[in-house]
Amino acid sequence: MSGNDNAATRQSVVDDLYAESVHWHLNTGEETIHAKRMGGYWRKIKWLSAAVWIVFFIGPYFQWGERQAVLFDIPNRQFHILGITILPQDFWMLSLTLLFFALLLAVATALAGRVYCGFFCFQTVWTDIFTWLEDKLEGPPQKRRKLDEAPLSFTKARVKVLKHILWLMISVLTGISFVAWFYDAFDLWRDLFTMQASPVAYGTIALFTAGTYVLAGYMREQACFWLCPYARIQGVMIDKTTVVPAYDFHRGEPRGRIKKGQSEEERTTGDCVDCKMCIAVCPTGVDIRHGQQEGCIMCALCIDACDEVMVKVGRPTGLIRYESYESLETNTKPKPLYMRPRVWIYSAIMSLAVIGIVYGLTSLAPLELKAIHDRQPLFVLQSDGSIQNKYTLKILNKMTEDISVTISAEGPEGLIMVDEDLVTTARHGKVTARTVFLRVPKELLTAETTPVKFSVQGESDGQLLQGSRNSVFIGPKR
Amino acid sequence: MADNNPYPGENNTGHVWDDNLRELTNPPPRWWMLAFWASVIWWAVYGVLYPMWPVGHESNKGIMGWTQMDEYKKGVDEVEAVRAEFETQIKGMSAKDILAAPGLSQYAVASAKVLFGDNCAACHGGGGQGGPGYPVLADDDWLYGGGIDTIQQTIAMGRKGIMTAHGKILSDAEINSLAKAIEAGDPTSDPNFTQKGCIACHGMDGKGMAVLGSANLTDGIYRFTPAEGESLLDSIVFTIKYGVNDATEPKSREAVMPAFGGRLSEDDIKKLAVYVHKFGGGQ
Repeated sequence: MSGNDNAATRQSVVDDLYAESVHWHLNTGEETIHAKRMGGYWRKIKWLSAAVWIVFFIGPYFQWGERQAVLFDIPNRQFHILGITILPQDFWMLSLTLLFFALLLAVATALAGRVYCGFFCFQTVWTDIFTWLEDKLEGPPQKRRKLDEAPLSFTKARVKVLKHILWLMISVLTGISFVAWFYDAFDLWRDLFTMQASPVAYGTIALFTAGTYVLAGYMREQACFWLCPYARIQGVMIDKTTVVPAYDFHRGEPRGRIKKGQSEEERTTGDCVDCKMCIAVCPTGVDIRHGQQEGCIMCALCIDACDEVMVKVGRPTGLIRYESYESLETNTKPKPLYMRPRVWIYSAIMSLAVIGIVYGLTSLAPLELKAIHDRQPLFVLQSDGSIQNKYTLKILNKMTEDISVTISAEGPEGLIMVDEDLVTTARHGKVTARTVFLRVPKELLTAETTPVKFSVQGESDGQLLQGSRNSVFIGPKR
Repeated sequence: MADNNPYPGENNTGHVWDDNLRELTNPPPRWWMLAFWASVIWWAVYGVLYPMWPVGHESNKGIMGWTQMDEYKKGVDEVEAVRAEFETQIKGMSAKDILAAPGLSQYAVASAKVLFGDNCAACHGGGGQGGPGYPVLADDDWLYGGGIDTIQQTIAMGRKGIMTAHGKILSDAEINSLAKAIEAGDPTSDPNFTQKGCIACHGMDGKGMAVLGSANLTDGIYRFTPAEGESLLDSIVFTIKYGVNDATEPKSREAVMPAFGGRLSEDDIKKLAVYVHKFGGGQ
């Protein structure tokens, strides 16, 4: 009796599956994808990874001492990151940071495919949130499609208007949160409501609002298909050993529907029951069973869907799973990480970038000196028989207050700096220029060019600050 | 043509060449047409708002009243407003006071850079390095003195120093002997220097007199540097023989600093004086 019961339950599950499957078909780009939302392991991971973006929204409100913890102050050309202030002069570190993240993208892609696309990309995350709202308001995909086709009614208008209002609210909040990284966050809110924020702020918010609304509300997977360069770049970073969500074709094929009354032992088909659930849940509407393809953002939602079906029909899970093409083809264990040269090369470059950034951050000098030797004339003969060189010194003060500094020079024997005792005020966060004249008696010069070294000293809060710069002293040809 | 169209019902224009080559009437996509008509409207509205249509030798005024010249003047006014703060101060101050005020002297230098380039650099070089036949402004050897007021006076009034051609007064041997003593930086070692009257202008010590603009002959810095291929001694001999600005001697050296008082405003000259003073030789 119980055996029959089981068979009956299974049959009803299978019937439901196939009843639903008629609704699912491949993305042909002509219509809105309404992906089915299902729970599961990867779905949970996806929520967790998307939560990284909470930082984007709440980050600007953290304070560090007297100011915003992270503030990219473009008008003043100062970039505050926690206790560190970075001026444009230190921007070489930005290229290393970009290098690091570019390589991180490369190494993640080489190892586990488009992890960024599937789990972290703002396009994926925002689209996910937008469709989640859509699902809550308009119901599951079939209902949504019906609603889309239905003539305008009060209920339809109510649901649609509410959805668009919520979408726009998220979009506006996205815009404001972005601007808040460049503008004191609390001031921004106040200025926005009192209409005193700069046109640039309003413009940027409008741009981000429109961008978010259109990209996450309408473009969705189309952005991944034909707008996003990273999608293409990442495509070529994947090789046979990359572990990606993959359909086990050896196990699944030949796919075939479960026939009524046929027992598991009698079946001649593979494990794939052709229920199209993997297509149903796919946010880009591709069929994972076709193998790797440009539309797959590797979000792993089809793994959840397939596993759920496999459990329902009583077959082992993992028909779609994270696996490399090589392992699928040859049925072997994947190569260990350390056997793959990419891992070493990428890690080496990333380490170099990190070392550079750490070096840069630890050696941020509060005082920096640049020396520009005057070219017209390179030198002049003075009436006392000395050769005079003119330099423009540029003193960069990265501290938050003005510092009184003195300049000194070391160089060839007999070197005199005119006005050596003169105290210069180095303005904070700015470059202060000062002209300096050096003199050396002509007869003491032994070469056309002699190295000289300028130093700048100042004191701030009892702390001695120094900087130096090498230059040359130029005399007549010998 | 439409009557015997061999390919009916495919939106062709009815033009058929070489049996099967035909022109289709595929309309551009909707978005393209929208953009096209939007541009047409834009163009028309623009033509109403801004000057665009030729009217005789001019153009229509445009209801916005915008002209390029107005925009330029507005820009100039903005710059002038920034400058005004400094310029009003400069008006009431002497060049010496401007030099002493740090902020103002910085402004004067920045502002005079253009003036110097326009009026002075042709002879004195962009950085005051001088040129063949023109004095260096970056050293501390001045004919008339390197004080800020003197420099201002030099720019405003010009200078024209005179040295008599001594070729008619002195023998070649005497000239040679004098020239050698000067080249060695010790003109007084030659008795001719005192006896032949050089001291009248160049002083007892040979260091020149700022009042007359006579050169210091002891410091190795020469107002007239040797020409290409000429030795220093030859150049000194030439100066003694033919003099400077001597109207009676056709080969005399020419050295005239024109007066800029009539060409530049007093404020500009003050700024230039500060600029020159800061070249490295101001006293």
